[in-house]
Amino acid sequence: MKKALFAATAAAIFATLASGVSAQSLTVGFSQIGSESGWRAAETTLTKQQAEKRGITLKFADAQQKQENQIKAIRGFIAQGVDAILIAPVVSTGWDAVLKEAKEEKIPVILLDREIDSPKDLFLTAVTSDQVYEGKVAGEWLAKDVGSKDCKVVELQGTTGSSPAINRKKGFEEGIKAASNIKIVRSQTGDFTRTKGKEVMESFIKAEGGGKDICAVYAHNDDMAVGAIQAIKEAGLKPGTDIKIVSIDAVPDIFQAMAKGEANATVELTPDMAGPAFDALEAYLKDKKEPKKWIQTESKLYTQKDDPMKIYEAKKGLGY
Amino acid sequence: MNWFTRRLRRLAPQLAALAIILGVISLVAPGFLTVSVQNGRLYGSLIDILVRAAPVALLTVGMTLVIATRGIDLSIGAVIAICGAVAATLISDGYPLPVVIAVSLGVGIACGLWNGVLVAVLDIQPIIATLILMVAGRGIAQLITEGVILTFNDDTFSALGSGALAGIPIPIYLWVGTALAIGLLIRRTALGFLIEATGINRRAASLAGVRARFLLFSAYAISGLCAAIAGMIVTADIRGADANNAGLWLELDAILAVVVGGTSLNGGRFSITASLIGALIIQSINTGILVSGFPPEFNLIIKAGIIIVVLTLQSPAIATVFGFIKATRRGDKLNHGAKEATR
Repeated sequence: MKKALFAATAAAIFATLASGVSAQSLTVGFSQIGSESGWRAAETTLTKQQAEKRGITLKFADAQQKQENQIKAIRGFIAQGVDAILIAPVVSTGWDAVLKEAKEEKIPVILLDREIDSPKDLFLTAVTSDQVYEGKVAGEWLAKDVGSKDCKVVELQGTTGSSPAINRKKGFEEGIKAASNIKIVRSQTGDFTRTKGKEVMESFIKAEGGGKDICAVYAHNDDMAVGAIQAIKEAGLKPGTDIKIVSIDAVPDIFQAMAKGEANATVELTPDMAGPAFDALEAYLKDKKEPKKWIQTESKLYTQKDDPMKIYEAKKGLGY
Repeated sequence: MNWFTRRLRRLAPQLAALAIILGVISLVAPGFLTVSVQNGRLYGSLIDILVRAAPVALLTVGMTLVIATRGIDLSIGAVIAICGAVAATLISDGYPLPVVIAVSLGVGIACGLWNGVLVAVLDIQPIIATLILMVAGRGIAQLITEGVILTFNDDTFSALGSGALAGIPIPIYLWVGTALAIGLLIRRTALGFLIEATGINRRAASLAGVRARFLLFSAYAISGLCAAIAGMIVTADIRGADANNAGLWLELDAILAVVVGGTSLNGGRFSITASLIGALIIQSINTGILVSGFPPEFNLIIKAGIIIVVLTLQSPAIATVFGFIKATRRGDKLNHGAKEATR
């Protein structure tokens, strides 16, 4: 259903471009990892929107989580003589050979949302978020919000050993370092899912005197926060007031919870990686200005004051 | 030896393991065994174990029967995702609850029958046959939810996952009730006996007049049905269908529960009760780790360590050693007695 829609829009875009845009318009190949999460789908939608807005012809390839598919797609883009290539790399190694091929053809390559272990001269720039900084923004918000009151925090970690889990934990700890009144009393993995987030939160509530001692939940993603909110409600407490909720990602559902006063803050992992990438690319092609090797996307903090319902409506259509 | 002590002897290793695990956790996390009443419902970590065990316990009932026929069903985790997606779609489209439940159960049974066709009619090895739906199932579920976590707001349906009746959470009724119904159906009729016969030697059973093909179909259909109930509980619990993660790897927990329960993967004799205790053992470990406050890096190691100990204690090699020790002791006594007599 969705694919058909995408195909239809893509066809429409191609048709308008073919007829209306002059010969100097850009053609960019985009090798996407797949559509394993709502965030990924939103990133694809936004990349297509950004390309359309700028009159760029986007050739899109879905790699279905396989590096070999990505390499095949990149070779295809090189053969078609595109002006630039965007890659959201599925893994961090094994890119040197294909990137050299692109370099020989003088096609600039931009990495989206993940970095790779290749020599820096093989790609133009990488547009990613700073996961440590995301955690820090969340931590600093909490430190400011609780003031000087004592605060016991429980942490719902992402999948053990995954880089967002490690970095978002580190960042949060940095964010609350200055506030000695805030302490992380329990920390467990909720595997980034709602079910596990809820199950872990239930145990935390039992282990911490029925939840009355817990002042805040810090979840490494919004889905676990949504699960935790349900666990808190079922324990007879009020999420958002009795226990504060701060999480990362800014997916639409957390804005619904914020509108109801059940969540307090979220830090956005923006799905708009293509905007800064196209900006850098256009500047580079216009006057050969080499961008920085790393472009950090904004990690914006949203709270209940930011009209959550409006943001929910705006985000809903992005395919999250 | 009467029926009761025979049962107790069969279940003794599992019950002992469960008791020891609960005991150890209560040492690490004080207050673990306390059960109180809050907001008119039972409340405490033990209740959490019974509630959170519901999906695996339900899967275990079906899995025990399938394994008894010498098969295996890898698809049930994906069937959870499919049935959850179906239920969430129908609920958000405003269909009445009985329709939602009936259709979801029907889809679960249909998935089971599909496995049954591959195994019983086409004679494909069960591990391969059910692998197909295991892989394809999540894709089907994603097609149904259109790739998003499909959320809904319906208090009656979500009661299946988080509601309570007379103070007891509803998931407990669902898994205990399903297990009792299927257990009675299997053991109060000759069905269980016939399933064991099919599992031990399908050809011989067929030649003896057992309708092995029908039994295989029933086993996989029941497995699908149990997965459908589990799928509805999981979906109702978080008020949303998460096609990527609902029931992920639960088929492996269910197989583990059956093995911990002492049923052989080679088919034949089985005990649903023992498998269910196996499921409770697994969930006790999970919940125990969460309340104990260990860092999450240890979760899987602790779980694996405990499982290895439980399985080792049940292994035939250890049983032989124990048997030997017992026999020598008895022998010593006899010798001793004989010497006394000759004096």
